[in-house]
Amino acid sequence: MSYQLVVNGRAHQIEEDGLTPLLWVLRDTLHLTGTKYGCGIAQCGACTVHVDGQPMRSCSLPLEAAAGSQIVTIEAVAGAEADALRASWVKRDVPQCGFCQSGQIMSAVALLRVKSIPTDDDIDQAMSGNICRCATYNRIRAAIHDAAGSSSSPANPA
Amino acid sequence: MSWRHGFRSARPARRRRRIGCLPLLAIIVAVIVLVAAIALRHRALPQPQSIAAAPPKSEVTHLRPVASFASIGNPQARSLALFAEAGRVIQHPRCMNCHPRNDRSTQTDAMRPHVPWVSRGADDAGEPTLRCSTCHHAANFEASGVPGNPKWKLAPIELAWQGKSLGEICRQMLDPARSHMDRAALLHHMSEDELVGWAWHPGGKRAPAPGTQADFGALIKAWLESGARCPA
Repeated sequence: MSYQLVVNGRAHQIEEDGLTPLLWVLRDTLHLTGTKYGCGIAQCGACTVHVDGQPMRSCSLPLEAAAGSQIVTIEAVAGAEADALRASWVKRDVPQCGFCQSGQIMSAVALLRVKSIPTDDDIDQAMSGNICRCATYNRIRAAIHDAAGSSSSPANPA
Repeated sequence: MSWRHGFRSARPARRRRRIGCLPLLAIIVAVIVLVAAIALRHRALPQPQSIAAAPPKSEVTHLRPVASFASIGNPQARSLALFAEAGRVIQHPRCMNCHPRNDRSTQTDAMRPHVPWVSRGADDAGEPTLRCSTCHHAANFEASGVPGNPKWKLAPIELAWQGKSLGEICRQMLDPARSHMDRAALLHHMSEDELVGWAWHPGGKRAPAPGTQADFGALIKAWLESGARCPA
């Protein structure tokens, strides 16, 4: 079946089974490989993308449910929050292996759009679905605080 | 003479060496033949196997039909028996997981705390920073195993069931201040609500609630009509 998908501002006509996870449409059909496959069961957050502005795990979102929505991936996420996070990520040298980081960034951008000055609790809550095998959580939290310009927590890099 | 003697004495030694090589050669040949025989022995090739289109369904358990309670002459006892049977659904993990005692749902038949950590938020559908819909969508998704329903959210905290006895749950349900439902709305919720109905179609390897939603609704209706008695 054919589905209309708008990804990063570009419309695509996708000829795939409607139950194909969005993740595989992004990676295999559209070759947007910045979005990662981690667990495939919505437990790790590596596949996080924005669907109509909301972070969603693309591994657990069927194509037929994503059709007609505005999808943004790590390749095109933009705006003041994304710019600030990109800078703080570099400054803090956040990634270690880096595999989870596109998902971390997508969730962090969505967090700052909802709470511009998040507390530690806000960050823990919003980012709880994004797992980092290298345990860079302290640097992630510090970088989010940096990006938000928040001083609610001492930013101790891991 | 001496060289001839020496020549003669050298020949048997060379013959012995030749004879000595033969068993070694035979062993090497035997090993090669053995290895070849093992490698080339007849074996059945693995055959392609079809993958099941859907995971095996959990065993369905049934509810007693309302008619089977007619033999209980005492109306109070009949009402209690009806609610006890309905309680098999109410206290099933498919229902209890969404009626947590705090802000965090539980999951699986073991009713473990939800992973990842989530909180109910103001509308019981998650905090603004991590909505239920981040993972749960309008339908169960077999590819990822994540359950879904258009109305996916927790029951209000006033309707927390976990940690309560069936009698306490019963009195809570009948109290409009806590259930936010009168008896007609309660019957509708139990017998027709779409999210309640998910408990009988949970997808994946999750055990469905006993019986059907229609059976459950009939039990609730009969219980309400019999005086809606609550266990102690």
